Amino acid sequence: MADPIFIAVAVLTVGTAIIALEARELIYGAISLAISMLGIAGFFLLLDAPFVAMFQILVYVGAVAVLIIFTVMLVRTQALFTTKEDKKRKGAGIALMLIIMSSFGALLLASGLNGQFGDFNESPAVNFTEIGELMLTYYAPVLIILGLTLAGSVIAALALARREDITGEEEGDGEEQQHHERTT
Amino acid sequence: MSELLDFVIVSMVLVAIGIYGLVVKRNAIRMLFSIEIIANAANLLLVAFSRGLPNAQGQVVALFSIAIAAAEVAVGLGLIIVAYRLYKEIDVAELRSMRG
Repeated sequence: MADPIFIAVAVLTVGTAIIALEARELIYGAISLAISMLGIAGFFLLLDAPFVAMFQILVYVGAVAVLIIFTVMLVRTQALFTTKEDKKRKGAGIALMLIIMSSFGALLLASGLNGQFGDFNESPAVNFTEIGELMLTYYAPVLIILGLTLAGSVIAALALARREDITGEEEGDGEEQQHHERTT
Repeated sequence: MSELLDFVIVSMVLVAIGIYGLVVKRNAIRMLFSIEIIANAANLLLVAFSRGLPNAQGQVVALFSIAIAAAEVAVGLGLIIVAYRLYKEIDVAELRSMRG
């Protein structure tokens, strides 16, 4: 059916994805999400796409995971423990998950995808120089717009997260005022 | 000995887990985790079909998708920080200023 490496990577990816959502402490969830992204990169390697796998590790494990961990540290831990989820909601979520899985599974088995492209180990792989060629010819406008989008969104995120109430030497006053507000 | 259907099944399971997280969790950061899991499942599917065809365009689109997801995480975390500063809370059910 499937080779043992595939099964190991699949168990790692799905297991850590579940842990990322269910871990009691958010910081462990973030680390677990990073491991899940590594598992996806492993799938890309199994699919003979080393370039995409490298990109995945760089962006997700290198940038996104670190960003999430920083945010978790910025948000005070008190706010992280207000998990007021009720049992009924959780049961409904699990039921929805099972319904989605069974219906998609039935759809997949009926779709005739099984054995459609044959064994991946025997068919030829995509040469990754082709990716670079496509990116610089057919997809060149997309690449430029993507760069602008990235720059715009990062600047927007910086502008969102900037504190406007603090300017230079007023910093101490601001904190004092906040403390006052908190105590009253 | 791996086939296309194996990867499609893993992707489907990841999407189901992500939807479960979006429905059940009320912590904004955990909802962002769920969105990331769903986006990664989509990338996995793109690369798997790209391998099966075989056609390099699927991998190109997957690369673009990864870059867009990084931008989305940056903006999402900025919004979470703003919400935390305003409400001292990242429970999405408590952010009620826009509730009708």
